[in-house]
Formats: sequence, C-alpha cells, structure tokens
Amino acid sequence: MKALTNKAEVVSRKPMTWWERMYLPAILKGMAITFSHIFKKKPTINYPEKTRPFSPVFRGLQILNRDEEGREKCTACGLCAVACPAEAITMEAAERQPGEEHLYKEEKYAAKYEINMLRCIFCGFCEEACPKDAVYLSETFAPSNFQRKGFIYGKDDLLIPHPLEQPEAFAKAKGSRTKHPEGHGNEH
Amino acid sequence: MILAIDWAVFIEKFILIVSVVSGSLVIAMYSTYVERKVAAVLQDRRGPSRAGPFGILQPLADGLKLFFKEEIIPNFSSKFLFILGPCLAMLTAMMIGAVIPWGNKIHLFDRDISLQIADINIGILYVFGVVSMGVYGIMIGGWASNNKFSLLGALRAASQIISYELAMGIALIALLMVTGTLSLKEMVGGQMDHWWNIFKQPLGFLIFLICAFAECNRTPFDLAEAENELVGGYHTEYSSMKLGFYLFAEYINMFLSSAVMVSLYFGGYDIPFVNDVNLAENIGTNWAAILQGLVLFGKIVFFLFLFMWVRWTIPRFRYDQLMNLGWKILIPLALFNMLVTGALILLKQNNWHF
Repeated sequence: MKALTNKAEVVSRKPMTWWERMYLPAILKGMAITFSHIFKKKPTINYPEKTRPFSPVFRGLQILNRDEEGREKCTACGLCAVACPAEAITMEAAERQPGEEHLYKEEKYAAKYEINMLRCIFCGFCEEACPKDAVYLSETFAPSNFQRKGFIYGKDDLLIPHPLEQPEAFAKAKGSRTKHPEGHGNEH
Repeated sequence: MILAIDWAVFIEKFILIVSVVSGSLVIAMYSTYVERKVAAVLQDRRGPSRAGPFGILQPLADGLKLFFKEEIIPNFSSKFLFILGPCLAMLTAMMIGAVIPWGNKIHLFDRDISLQIADINIGILYVFGVVSMGVYGIMIGGWASNNKFSLLGALRAASQIISYELAMGIALIALLMVTGTLSLKEMVGGQMDHWWNIFKQPLGFLIFLICAFAECNRTPFDLAEAENELVGGYHTEYSSMKLGFYLFAEYINMFLSSAVMVSLYFGGYDIPFVNDVNLAENIGTNWAAILQGLVLFGKIVFFLFLFMWVRWTIPRFRYDQLMNLGWKILIPLALFNMLVTGALILLKQNNWHF
C-alpha cells in the first residue's frame, strides 16, 4: 500500500538489545526530560489575579450605557429584543416625567430591562441593533450563581456605574473594548 | 545499682524522642506539599498556591480537611483490626527514627549528648525488623476492611515488600562485609572523612535504592494502591484521619528510608570535602553538630526529591514485571554483588594488591 504521507514509520519489532533491556539508561533519560521541565515557562495564568488579554472584539456580558452626564441612554425601543436570536431580552417602556431629565436622556426609557444570561449567546446583535449606543457588550464574563433566577440580569445588574459619581467603576465596566470595529454603521 | 535512673539521660532522651518524632511528622507534612509542588513543576503546572504565601499552609488545610471528614467504619469490617491497621502503619514508620544518627553529639550543660536516640549495636537489623513490621499495617488494614479490592491491594503490598526485602537484605550484607559493623553510628563514623560507602558499593546502593522504592510503596512500585485496578488499594474503605495516617505513614517512611540510605551509603552527617574533626575543633562541637545536621538534612531532602522525581517520571509496573524484577534480576544481582565483595575482601586480607 502506498503511504499517503512520508510521516509513516515502520514499527520496529526487533528484540531489545542488552543495553535497552537494562532500562536504567532509558529511565535516566526520562528523568532528565522531566527535570528539564522544571526550567520551562509555566503556561498557567493565575486567573482571578491575572486575566488573559482579550481580543478587541471580545464579547462579554452586556451593560446598559450612560452618557457623559450619567443619563441612561436606552429608550426601550425594543430593537435589541427583536435582533436577539436567543430571545434573551425583554423590556418594559415608561415615559420620562418632568424632573427626571437628569436620569434619562430621551423622553422614553426602559423601566424594566432584563437579559437572561443563560439564554444569551453573546452574539453581539443587540449591540449592533441599538440605535442609541445604549446596550454594549463589556469585557466582563463568566457569570456565576447558585440559582437559575440569578442569571436573569435586571437593570441594577446591567446599568453601568455613574460616570461622574463613580468614574473608576465606570471606566472599569466600560473596559477597553472597541465597539463595532468593522463599522456596521448602526450607531449613526 | 542497675535500677538507678540517670534523670539527665532520661530527660535528654525524652527531648530527643519528642523532637525526632515531631520533626519527622512536620517533614512528612511538608513532603505532601513538596510532592504536589514537585509534581506541578515537573508537569509545567504551578501547584498549590492559594493557602498562604506560595501555598505554604496547604498541608494544614489538607490535615484539617481530613480531620473534618466523616469517619466511616464499614459494618462488615473487623473493627479492632480496622483501627489497628493505620496505627501500626504509623507506629512502625516512626520507630525507624530511633536508630538513625542525626548528628554526632552536642555539648550542653557539661554533658555530651549524642544525637541518636538509641545507638544499638544491631541498628540496621532493627531497621529491617521494623520495616518488615510495616507490612502488617497494610495487611491488617486491607484484611479488616472486608473488601475484595482492599484485600487484593494488601496482598500485593505484602508479597511485594517480602520479595524486595530479600534483595535489599542481600545488598546490605555486602555493605556489612565492607563496614564490618551493624551499628548505624559506627557505619557513619566509618565514612567520616573517608570514602563514602556509595563508592565501595555502587551496585549494592542501586539495588538498595530500588528496593527502598518498593518498600515505601512508591511509584513505580505502588501496585498496592493502583487506583485504576483496585479502586484505592488497601485503603479503599478508609476515610478521615485513618486514611490520613496511611498517607502520612508513606511520607514518614519515605523520609526515614532516605535517612537510612544517606546514613548507609552517603556518609550520614559527614560534610563532604571538609575534615569534620578539625571543623569541630575550630568552631566548637555544637556549631559543627548544627552544620552536620544541616548537611544530613540536605542529603535527605535530595533523596526525598529523588523519590518524587521518579514518581512523576516512571509509570507503574505490571505485577508480573514487578515480580520478575524482584526475583529474577535484583536477587541474583545482589547475590553476585555479595560474592564479588566477599572475594575482593578476601583478596585484600590476603595482601593481594590492586
């Protein structure tokens, strides 16, 4: 039979020589190999303290964005829910009352906004669909909880910290991820 | 009067016993940590690193975990023997420490205190006797569990230890012919500032080393606890601290057999390339004793590392391979070694010059 590659090697069935049957040289060789591994670089990343650097297009958990003055951007238009292939997003709209201008950017806002993180497939379609730049995939990941209902993230989980009151937490939640690197144009 | 007790001796021996026992316990404790660290490093991992700096508190965490586990004594087991098993394993493991010379002597309160618990003139025979008793711990534990796998593991351990003890003993006979004494202290003394016995008995040492691995039930000879064949081996039914005792006894055995090997073949507490007698005169007996103790400890640590290094390099033997190696290779080799040693000694005594 013709070999497909030149990598095939005939198995040697030769009886072992006396030297090989001593096994000790082979054992010493093996021990030298394991010893050399002491000096090898360890590939482990000490996870909670250090994290792997993400690609600029990494898609983590969603956050609901605020503008520079700390007002919520979401208008509860529902485009993200429509775009969501996993049907993970639900929301309820409400009208902004006079005096709430410092809280919500537009006249309409999301009174309830829920993403089921067990359903979410982190495709990023919600981010692409959003005309207001409100929903945004962050660099946070690995949600964990003891109960299923804990994976349904409400507004208090999703909303980004206030940029003026908690600037550090805001910057951390926002991360360094570049949004829409390909330029889908939805934000304009 | 024979019954007059010298209280000073009593106290000094008591302190020595307590420190040797607690010392070997602590070292065994930290061997578990080092074992995991060495395994990790040899496999390009990091090993325990969470409990304390560098995971240094890991053995404490492990011990606590074992203490808080539920203690299960199987219904069909023989209860007395079930408890006796780990106790015996632990006891015999600790008893070896009594005859090992941990140092020459220290001078305190106008007394010369020998750093050996008991300098009995048949020291090495005592070691052998105690080591052979160690198999009872495993055998009784495995038998009392009333479990097929435990019993199989125990049987394996017993037959393995008995077969390898033979080769070990014969290898040792050759060494005894060279040194001419059974006392460990005198053996170490004979190596002080002379050639170590390893140079006189290289083949004997190799056989002794292999047999020591087998006696300690370490890989590649850990068939007694071959988990892929026997669930857990002889300690399948054990839980909580009784299991801990078995695991602990293995590490104490490792530590003390390293100590025995160092004393027999590597000059014990002899500092290499240094004239120990002159050193003791120059810096005082006590400082010399401390230095010698450190050197002994260093040698022991090397052997502990060797145990671990081999464990994470070589896979386990098959049972027939194990028996072949023991009976068909090591024993004839040991006999050959004994014969050659005897012949050489005879020739030397008859003034044949080489």
